[in-house]
Amino acid sequence: MKYSAWSLLRGALSGHRHWSAAWADPTPRPSYDLVIVGGGGHGLATAYYLAKNHGITNVAVVERGWLGGGNTGRNTTIVRSNYLFPESARLYDFSLKLYEGLSQDLNFNIMLSQRGLVMLAHSRHDLDSMSRWANAMRMNGIAAELLGREEVGEMAPALDLSPHARLPVLGGFAQRRAGTARHDAVAWGYARAASALGVHIIQNCEVRGFVQESGKVVGVDTSRGRIRAERVGIAAAGHSSVLAKLAGFQLPVTSYALQAMVTEPIKPILDTVVLSPGTGAYVSQSDKGEIVLGAMLDLFPSYAQRGSFAVKQAIIAATLALFPSFSRLQLMRQWAGIVDVVHDSSPIIGPTPIPRLYINCGWGTGGFKAIPVGGWTFAHVLATGKSHALAAPFQLERFISGRLIDEAAASGIAH
Amino acid sequence: MMQIPCICCGPRDENEFVCGGTSHLSRPDLGASDEEWGRYLFFRENPKGLHLERWRHVQGCGLWFNVARDTVTHAVKSVYPITGAPPP
Repeated sequence: MKYSAWSLLRGALSGHRHWSAAWADPTPRPSYDLVIVGGGGHGLATAYYLAKNHGITNVAVVERGWLGGGNTGRNTTIVRSNYLFPESARLYDFSLKLYEGLSQDLNFNIMLSQRGLVMLAHSRHDLDSMSRWANAMRMNGIAAELLGREEVGEMAPALDLSPHARLPVLGGFAQRRAGTARHDAVAWGYARAASALGVHIIQNCEVRGFVQESGKVVGVDTSRGRIRAERVGIAAAGHSSVLAKLAGFQLPVTSYALQAMVTEPIKPILDTVVLSPGTGAYVSQSDKGEIVLGAMLDLFPSYAQRGSFAVKQAIIAATLALFPSFSRLQLMRQWAGIVDVVHDSSPIIGPTPIPRLYINCGWGTGGFKAIPVGGWTFAHVLATGKSHALAAPFQLERFISGRLIDEAAASGIAH
Repeated sequence: MMQIPCICCGPRDENEFVCGGTSHLSRPDLGASDEEWGRYLFFRENPKGLHLERWRHVQGCGLWFNVARDTVTHAVKSVYPITGAPPP
């Protein structure tokens, strides 16, 4: 069913009884051409682009819980492409361009709001490093603007801009094309579009092992039985190492908790995204009016989706120093997602040491903005067996060769 | 807040410590291959469950020591000296 103003109007006149389920809930077949493990944004986008770009529709996405219940539903919904290195800039800007056309492509409103993003400089050193950062972006063909204190104030008037502020704002830089998107809608939109093309989306189906014959992966053992496949792709973020262990190899990944929280909703006060790399705080206002706070990593290995009080305290203190007027807001919810951090903060999209098993992981703290390009390039390697040009530098092999892409700008925060 | 029992100072809040990552990694010989160096530097089991890791009490006595901790519940199972053998 195509969503349109006309179908909405029709629903208004007929009691909205004509809506069908957004995606099918099929029983798993005994075999598929491709099985993707993980029904978050990356897994669902992979399935969609396999069907759309490569015509491969005999595909199953198996998800242990529910769609987008992991990091896809736990991030702070920010999309941007303000990266340092040419390889990263190409990758993430392609992602942002796909996001710009995604609502039309999927026929599902992902509520992309390119409200801009401003990084704050709190010291002379910050100003220097941001000049470097913004100039690197321009060299890569991505618009960035260096801002003075007044210009930052125009973008975010609620900031404490006084010279005696605890965290004085000396300036910053902006990426105007950055913004936010509805994270659930990205997962649901990809799921609906993939399902319409014939992909099976199978929830509540946990992978418990990989079926291997003569050293090759030929399927997965799941809580709903054995499913055979020509090729298997893993897109499981913070649980990548757990799946890799089941298959019999290791990854250069450490899993950490990354926290976020929202306050009670208030009237519009902040119509851009503010990042303070020096303190690790990033702040935006959701369309519902909640102030969304993001934190730095809890810097010890964790699979607990909650996060520690120490980091919460630091982030709230930093946010209130930046925005004193938020001090009386009450926090409504707090949570954490388990992120797959690699040494160079760049992703891994390609083959694993086990033949016919592929992986998309290592996005760490910045996977949401990369969902379209992660799906696009992972679908390419799964369909053709060859890396997409955008993903070629992002192979597991780089941790042996030493050709790391040490993207300090990956999360835009200290880590 | 998680509490880490420092082997010198006793239980203290986690923000007095830094985590130094996985313990009991042995450095390969200088003649080791790129593969061995890569594995030593970057590749980890990253277990969901019991993890043997190093912590340092930076805001206290400054001591490095080993912690056996569950990465799901964050419960500390045991602490032992930095050169100590892993718990059985």
